Amino acid sequence: MASLTKALKPILERQFGNTTKIFGAAVNSQRGKPTYARQTIPPPAKYGGRHTVTLIPGDGIGPELLNHVRELFRFSCVPVDFEVVHVNSASDSGDDINNAIMAIRRNGVALKGNIETSHTMPPNHKSRNNLLRTSLDLYANMMHCQSLPGVQTRHKNIDIIIIRENTEGEYSNLEHESVSGVVESLKIITRNNSLRIADYAFRLAREKGRRRVTAVHKANIMKLGDGLFLQCCKEVASGYPDIEFDSMIVDNTTMQLVSKPHQFDVMVMPNLYGNVVSNVCAGLVGGPGLVPGANYGQDYAVFETATRNTGKSIANRNIANPTAMLLASCLMLDHLKLHDYANMIRGAILTTMNETRLHTADIGGQGTTSEVVQSIMKIIQSSGPLTTEI
Amino acid sequence: MRTAARSARVLFSTRLQPWSGLKSSAKSLYSPAVCCQRKKSSYTTIPPPAKYGGRHTVTLIPGDGIGPELLNHVRELFRFCCVPVDFEVVRVDSSASSEDDINDAVTAIKRNGVALKGNIETNHNLPPSHKSRNNLLRTSLDLYANVMHCQSLPGVQTRHRDVDVIIIRENTEGEYSSLEHENVPGVVESLKIITRVNSSRIAEYAFNLAREKGRRKVTAVHKANIMKVGDGLFLQSCKEVAAGYPDIIFDNMIVDNTTMQLVSKPQQFDVMVMPNLYGNVVSNVCAGLVGGPGLVPGVNYGKDYAVFETATRNTGKSIANMNIANPTATLLASCLLLDHLKLCAYAKMIRKAVLQTLSETQLQTADLGGQCTTSEVVHSIMQEIQREGPRTSEQI
Repeated sequence: MASLTKALKPILERQFGNTTKIFGAAVNSQRGKPTYARQTIPPPAKYGGRHTVTLIPGDGIGPELLNHVRELFRFSCVPVDFEVVHVNSASDSGDDINNAIMAIRRNGVALKGNIETSHTMPPNHKSRNNLLRTSLDLYANMMHCQSLPGVQTRHKNIDIIIIRENTEGEYSNLEHESVSGVVESLKIITRNNSLRIADYAFRLAREKGRRRVTAVHKANIMKLGDGLFLQCCKEVASGYPDIEFDSMIVDNTTMQLVSKPHQFDVMVMPNLYGNVVSNVCAGLVGGPGLVPGANYGQDYAVFETATRNTGKSIANRNIANPTAMLLASCLMLDHLKLHDYANMIRGAILTTMNETRLHTADIGGQGTTSEVVQSIMKIIQSSGPLTTEI
Repeated sequence: MRTAARSARVLFSTRLQPWSGLKSSAKSLYSPAVCCQRKKSSYTTIPPPAKYGGRHTVTLIPGDGIGPELLNHVRELFRFCCVPVDFEVVRVDSSASSEDDINDAVTAIKRNGVALKGNIETNHNLPPSHKSRNNLLRTSLDLYANVMHCQSLPGVQTRHRDVDVIIIRENTEGEYSSLEHENVPGVVESLKIITRVNSSRIAEYAFNLAREKGRRKVTAVHKANIMKVGDGLFLQSCKEVAAGYPDIIFDNMIVDNTTMQLVSKPQQFDVMVMPNLYGNVVSNVCAGLVGGPGLVPGVNYGKDYAVFETATRNTGKSIANMNIANPTATLLASCLLLDHLKLCAYAKMIRKAVLQTLSETQLQTADLGGQCTTSEVVHSIMQEIQREGPRTSEQI
């Protein structure tokens, strides 16, 4: 069966999404994929009750935080084994990132740190993170921004889900200089991808019992491009009459976010606006160290921090905030259907944040990363079922 | 005599029009001879605009939404303060498909050199061939620099204090090129154009302004890790220009990090320069930080023309004609206009009155949490001016 899968994989990759699903049901039966067209991501590699997850350390604070994640998982006896794949951001060859992609294809799930993209390298050296997202077709980036009660912020009780198209838009890496001194960057918007992301957004809103979806765009200027995106969202919205749909121009959106963020519920948008809006929201709830993000594709899921910071300036100084990465690992456990472990770790993190109030420097405290992780482990030990020694 | 001189000038410039294809250095070489009436100095400063008998003529474009009512208040205030400015009103109909209206407006601005405008609505239900009128105006007049000075105003309750950021945004190219096509059905390509000439020009403008105003740091905002060639070119042009201004610190920041920093620590920014779309987003974030779209004025500068408007360019359709709009942004924009016309005394007087009124909470409009109407605010500004100012028209 495995060899059949391997043999058919190149053919499957090239087909359209629908065809893959139809073949996939017959071929990937080991993955337990349901046969009707409901787009669920198949449960990933599992043998003997233990899951295998690809781990990409990345650069900056990535390696140290992911070490803490591994430490915590080992301590809490979580049945997850990590397959570590290093990606060297400075090397020219694409071998590293291709290995990582292959590992993720094999395992189905990954947890990653951000891989640095140096802008001093020549333009043909593409962003590794971007390559990963487009090769695996991780079309939806989901970020759930929630105010944590223990963190001092200027805005309270924010609860926004941001869904961002992850593969096209301004991130197509298509640029050329036809005339010297004049550069054209292409921003690609396609009907397929816009429909797909809108569908994802509405389904997620329905699943989570959300009332309203707001599309963010700049269709007054980019009439064809963002006009197409907006039109696709409207078409999908008509199939979900229980959910309100409205739209807002991106400049007004950012201004409203800064003054009245409570008016937003679920937001869906193309790639670049998603980048800006998610960073604004992350800033509103307390900074880049607090919010986890997930990249979902049809068959794969990759978990990381929402704002994808490398954190070069604070690397290896034991002051980085581990919350975002740990919450991302909880999202991963939820995805692997290990809900008990996920809830246990998440509860411990939130207790540390809100009750013990052990904060790192970025949210105004003085704790170190290891102190925070130790505190989380203590809480797990006092409340949890089975742990190894600290 | 004035018309004769003007027609002579027009004749001269039309005769020399074919020469405008030459490099800009050649144009500035000829123009002191041709435009001597405009007293243009030999380096690039915007020439003083149309003035006869001590009175300036300024083009006024009412626009849509709250534009007309707020600009009426501006005219009322100017008449009250005896400001020597006459307005030439040019209406632009946003729903008409012909571009005559906006072309008339552009001609009027070319004639007068200065304009005060409200935002013209761009309906996205119209076909893509119907271009944004505001955009057309900016590109025809080559108003390459949009300057917005975001300051925390005393008396306005905001979550952030002591914000003082100048945002300089490239105004003619970038994502606003209106170049889009659909080669394959269902796949749209929008072109974002970045040119070396425009990037150097805007960087030069930014550093000049920073030097003039005694600012210490210029930050370039970009996304060069993803758009390596495009924003890479912008960044490189900024670096090259920065090398000529060793007294000013230059650094750069990626746009997503910038917006996050703005929301948590806006006091770290001084002067920021960026391409068009990031400028749009960042200026709206900053406007939100200092109290909303009703407070911040913005200016569009070109080599020969200047157009004044509110910084965030809102039409305000939902609050039009309800007498609740905040007139502060438009009034401060008109003060910037007076500064530009070198009528600094009037500018100071009106600005002082506006800020004085703003700092009193019972005189704030709904967007700032108060309950005052637009006319009440303007009325109290006029009272303030009468109390302090030298000469005003009839008693209120």
